[in-house]
Amino acid sequence: MTRTHAHTEPYIAPAGQPLCHESAQLHVSGRARYADDIALPANALHAAFAISRIAHGKLRRIDVDNVLGEPGVVAVASAADVPGENNYGSVLHDDPIFATDRIEYAGQPLLAVAALSHAEARRAAARVRVDTVVLPAILDIRAALAADSYVLPSQHIVRGTPHEALAAAPRRLTGTVTLGGQDHFYLEGQIAIAIPQEDGAMLIESSTQHPTEVQHIVAHALGRRAHDITVQCRRMGGGFGGKESQPALLAAAAAVLAHKTQRPVKLRLDRDADMLITGKRHDFLADFDVGFDDDGRILALQLMLASRCGYSADLSGPVNDRALCHIDNAYFLEHVEVISHRCKTHTVSNTAFRGFGGPQGMMVIERIIDDIARVLGLDSLLVRRRNFYRLGERNVTHYGQVVDDNVIHEIVDGLAQEAEYAKRRAAISKWNATHTLIKRGIALTPVKFGISFNATLYNQAGALVNVYTDGTILLNHGGTEMGQGLHTKVAQVVASEFGLPMSAVRITTTDTGKIPNTSATAASSGSDLNGKAAQAAAQTIRERLVAWACSTDAVADDAVRFEGGMVHIGSRHIAFGEFVRQAHAARISLSATGFYRTPKIHWDRTAFLGRPFFYFAYGAAVSEVAIDTLTGETRLLRVDILHDVGTSLNPAIDRGQIEGGFLQGVGWLTSEELWWDARGELQTHAPSTYKIPTARDWPAQSTIRLLNRPNREDTIFRSKAVGEPPLMLAMSVFHAIRDAIAGCGDRDCRPDLAAPATPEAVLRAIGSVQKRTAA
Amino acid sequence: MPADPPIRFLLDGEVIEARDLAATTTVLDYLRDTLGRRGTKEGCAEGDCGACTVVLGSLDDNDTIRYRAINSCIRFVPTIDGHELITVESLQDGGALHPVQQAMVDEHASQCGFCTPGFVMSLFALYLNQATADAAQVVDSLAGNLCRCTGYRPIIAAGCRMSGYPSPARWSRDDAHSPARVAALKSLRRPSALSQSAFTAPHTVEALARILEEKPDALILAGGTDVGLWVTKQLRTLPPIVYIGAVPELQQVRVTNDAITIGAAVTLTDAWQVIVAHFPRLADLARRFASPPVCNSGTLGGNVANASPVGDSMPALIALGARVELRRGAQSRTLPLEDFYLAYQKKDLQPGEFVTAVAIPLTATPHHIGCYKVSKRFDQDIAAVCGAFVVELAGEQVRDARIAFGGMAATPARARHAEAALIGQPWTPQTIRHAATRLATDFNPLSDLRAGSDYRLSIAMNLLQRYYLDQTAPSTRLQDLAPVT
Repeated sequence: MTRTHAHTEPYIAPAGQPLCHESAQLHVSGRARYADDIALPANALHAAFAISRIAHGKLRRIDVDNVLGEPGVVAVASAADVPGENNYGSVLHDDPIFATDRIEYAGQPLLAVAALSHAEARRAAARVRVDTVVLPAILDIRAALAADSYVLPSQHIVRGTPHEALAAAPRRLTGTVTLGGQDHFYLEGQIAIAIPQEDGAMLIESSTQHPTEVQHIVAHALGRRAHDITVQCRRMGGGFGGKESQPALLAAAAAVLAHKTQRPVKLRLDRDADMLITGKRHDFLADFDVGFDDDGRILALQLMLASRCGYSADLSGPVNDRALCHIDNAYFLEHVEVISHRCKTHTVSNTAFRGFGGPQGMMVIERIIDDIARVLGLDSLLVRRRNFYRLGERNVTHYGQVVDDNVIHEIVDGLAQEAEYAKRRAAISKWNATHTLIKRGIALTPVKFGISFNATLYNQAGALVNVYTDGTILLNHGGTEMGQGLHTKVAQVVASEFGLPMSAVRITTTDTGKIPNTSATAASSGSDLNGKAAQAAAQTIRERLVAWACSTDAVADDAVRFEGGMVHIGSRHIAFGEFVRQAHAARISLSATGFYRTPKIHWDRTAFLGRPFFYFAYGAAVSEVAIDTLTGETRLLRVDILHDVGTSLNPAIDRGQIEGGFLQGVGWLTSEELWWDARGELQTHAPSTYKIPTARDWPAQSTIRLLNRPNREDTIFRSKAVGEPPLMLAMSVFHAIRDAIAGCGDRDCRPDLAAPATPEAVLRAIGSVQKRTAA
Repeated sequence: MPADPPIRFLLDGEVIEARDLAATTTVLDYLRDTLGRRGTKEGCAEGDCGACTVVLGSLDDNDTIRYRAINSCIRFVPTIDGHELITVESLQDGGALHPVQQAMVDEHASQCGFCTPGFVMSLFALYLNQATADAAQVVDSLAGNLCRCTGYRPIIAAGCRMSGYPSPARWSRDDAHSPARVAALKSLRRPSALSQSAFTAPHTVEALARILEEKPDALILAGGTDVGLWVTKQLRTLPPIVYIGAVPELQQVRVTNDAITIGAAVTLTDAWQVIVAHFPRLADLARRFASPPVCNSGTLGGNVANASPVGDSMPALIALGARVELRRGAQSRTLPLEDFYLAYQKKDLQPGEFVTAVAIPLTATPHHIGCYKVSKRFDQDIAAVCGAFVVELAGEQVRDARIAFGGMAATPARARHAEAALIGQPWTPQTIRHAATRLATDFNPLSDLRAGSDYRLSIAMNLLQRYYLDQTAPSTRLQDLAPVT
């Protein structure tokens, strides 16, 4: 189908190719520029926060006199120095930039110091003296529930007749699921630079997933309007949700200091400050009461779902809503009642993190399924299959969306076969029957994850495509690059629209001055939204060019093709660069914006009903682990993954998202433990104490396969979102560990394993099933 | 006051003369802020994430250059005097990427890219030191590098693949050992000690002893993998520093029939190499002791002298009957390592006295030692509990037992009650069970972020059981297991 000149390589459209990341060469040579690498004017200042050491109290006075005398200190800013609104709350206005009269968590910023160097700013900030009255603190979920302490009203949903169905169920189980939080541990800590411009304007360099929100919050803090503030972000050194709402705090504080001193101010958090000050994944607690039949089919479920939101709402509303929307995972729940509590505690305000509540909701139902299988003496995979959404029936979620793109059956069937699940399950049983010190476990868990922001309004995007007269293209869109390869994918889309090689397209800094009113790059939606918007912009330009070519060459528009760097107009072939030079001479506009809004979606937040998700992304993983029953240490030995990415825009990048998401999920569920002391101070605030996976934790044996099948819905080149869903493949590791622990007890034991499954948690769970056996 | 002499090191073929900088300026800050080389990143400023990894080339006594990855974030500039510094920017040759870099690109091994320069440099050190590397060796070499994006699989693949590319003109293994580089480093050798107002690097033990006698409050610096954090994390202002890394005598390892004597400035990398050669069963401990960059800077003497209750070398050293050699002025003394620790971070050390060496007797036959570290993560983690055991049998009876733990008390300590419950008893499961219960008398461990008190005690007891089982038939190690078929 490709007709090109004989001397050129056949043109292959970049979209769909496993191309390397657009910045790969820069990454490996140290030339990729991050915010902290930007050269600043000589008069730039460096800032640091002074933070609270108490979890809850009255703030009576901050003594800064000694701070101002410290070497290098130029200025301090506290609440009184904020010209506009002292708040960076994204949903509710309950997040002060600087504490005023009340302290609500250990780590809360009290003021910021600007000095000539970063070290001087940190040293001075550490010397701030505060006069406080300590108040009793609520530190965990149970304490918050006992005190009815919530950041937002609880959400209650009912579907069917759960009370009656539960009462009538032949079998019933109750239990509690405990899930820890998780620090994002992006390698690049939070950072913002504020550079005063003329006439009250402010330029912000921010490591942010949400430039528009940073723009708004800085404007509010300075008492300016949106058009006074420009926010730029070329790339982040990792985001994972941690740079969705949190960067506004840094940008606002830096802007206040820059405004006060009229000098550029860089505010970069060192690792400890970052982990103490900024929000994390919500830890969750769930009490369940489930009714089921002898085959393991769930008949009714009652659930109390509670999360630790921390001191403020931040994004906790939507996070908990997404948890609620994912308590089904891939299973049909006919009769279900859930009460979801959003607990207020005197700890850091928890925030977005890859999966956004979805992983927690899904872990709850996976644990319930696992429990059912164990008490019935059935293989958990069998019970999972029996509860899957069906095709054409039993396919409506508890929030009213029809699951009409269900591929979980074929994914699970295919994966179970390829990974030889049944055979290995038998081999593991045999091993466990003859070994006491090392036990093995295996689990296959599915993933079904809803794609779109729950709130409909966020599902829109804009792009700007400039074609220059030498045939090169500068691409801008509203999405941000945090390593996920979004810029690569969107550039692939635009290059393909013009029939150009990737080298013709340069993608540049995300800039609120170029693309306004953007949504956060979040909810896995980056390439769905921005790919479509950029495609629309490219198509607008292409249509103009086609119309012009039709008029000059008197051909029909289907006789004009863009391919292999050439434009083919009937029998005439002209290089793209020459063609656009001529088009410009003929006064054809070579620049266009593009816009996209996701179709079909709607959501009634009050009724908790609608079609919040354009489509679902699916996947499944089989993990095999071994545990050391003397120490509780675990090891992931093998993983097999089959994941649905639609028609992949870039299989190499998609594979990277799957592998990286999976291991990040493994960290969440195994080694990453956040530990607060009795006074509410986080003690795990650096990599020395907070342990994310290392290279050794990647299993020696792994198979990753893409289910490369067009999306039913009209997404960009029929691809599917891949940012978040793979994280939940890690549920297979947790349940494999649980399976191995069960190997230490009776056949029907239900190990009481909390996440993260640290060696200590595992040994405790082993102890519980062994005691039961002994008794 | 005359200006301090400059610190000189080699960077991309040029001699950099660093002047007028605080002795505690880190290599990372110097690169980024003074030289404007911002490819090297700060991820944690404590040597635990590896984003700051650079490679240091050092000339040894045989005029051979040794290349080792280090953490630039906690390494003070004066300690690289006379060395060659290689950063991520050094590798590229014009437009051509180095094989390490090209392999990373080809394997899609970077996503956000922030950790990438550090991975490149850790792999580069491996590339220079080995003609080929398998996955296990690559993983070992990356124990100190954190990546949050990729899941590591492509990085490991890049490490396995990098040696397959054509040898580059710049920074091939040959180029790394070219006569020109050797000559350049030789020219930086100092005939006399580097002496600055806040940093002195004597060349002899005598000079070191003299300085410390005169300035007992001076800070002794070895690898700096802990002291670095006093600056970067605790923001402490340090007293004048006396650096022991330029004393050849302290960098010696002496092996006789009776003992291995490891000088105080011997790096952990070199120390573990000789220890594991004599006690192969300590290979696991050595592997997970700390990351290569930490072990390349840090010293065994420093680990011992730092007196942390969770220092992971001490239980094994104490169980092996190691002695610490001390010097003060012209006087030397030695004492059993366990007696060196008096209380939490308190040592039997006089003002001006310093550790010169750790001596490990070679009396315990190799298979007797067992040492087990338990932590949340295998690599680069601090132990919840680290237990070491040496039990000598006479026939079926226990003749002698030395058991030491870290993480169970305010200092690394012997388990005297458990030992007593073993000595003279038959070597049986019953004896072990009884001795394990005595550990509750020996220790009352605390609960902290690493582990709860109950867990610590449980695994201490279980580790004794593991040691017993390992004496009869070494148990399968978790990390050696293959999946079922």
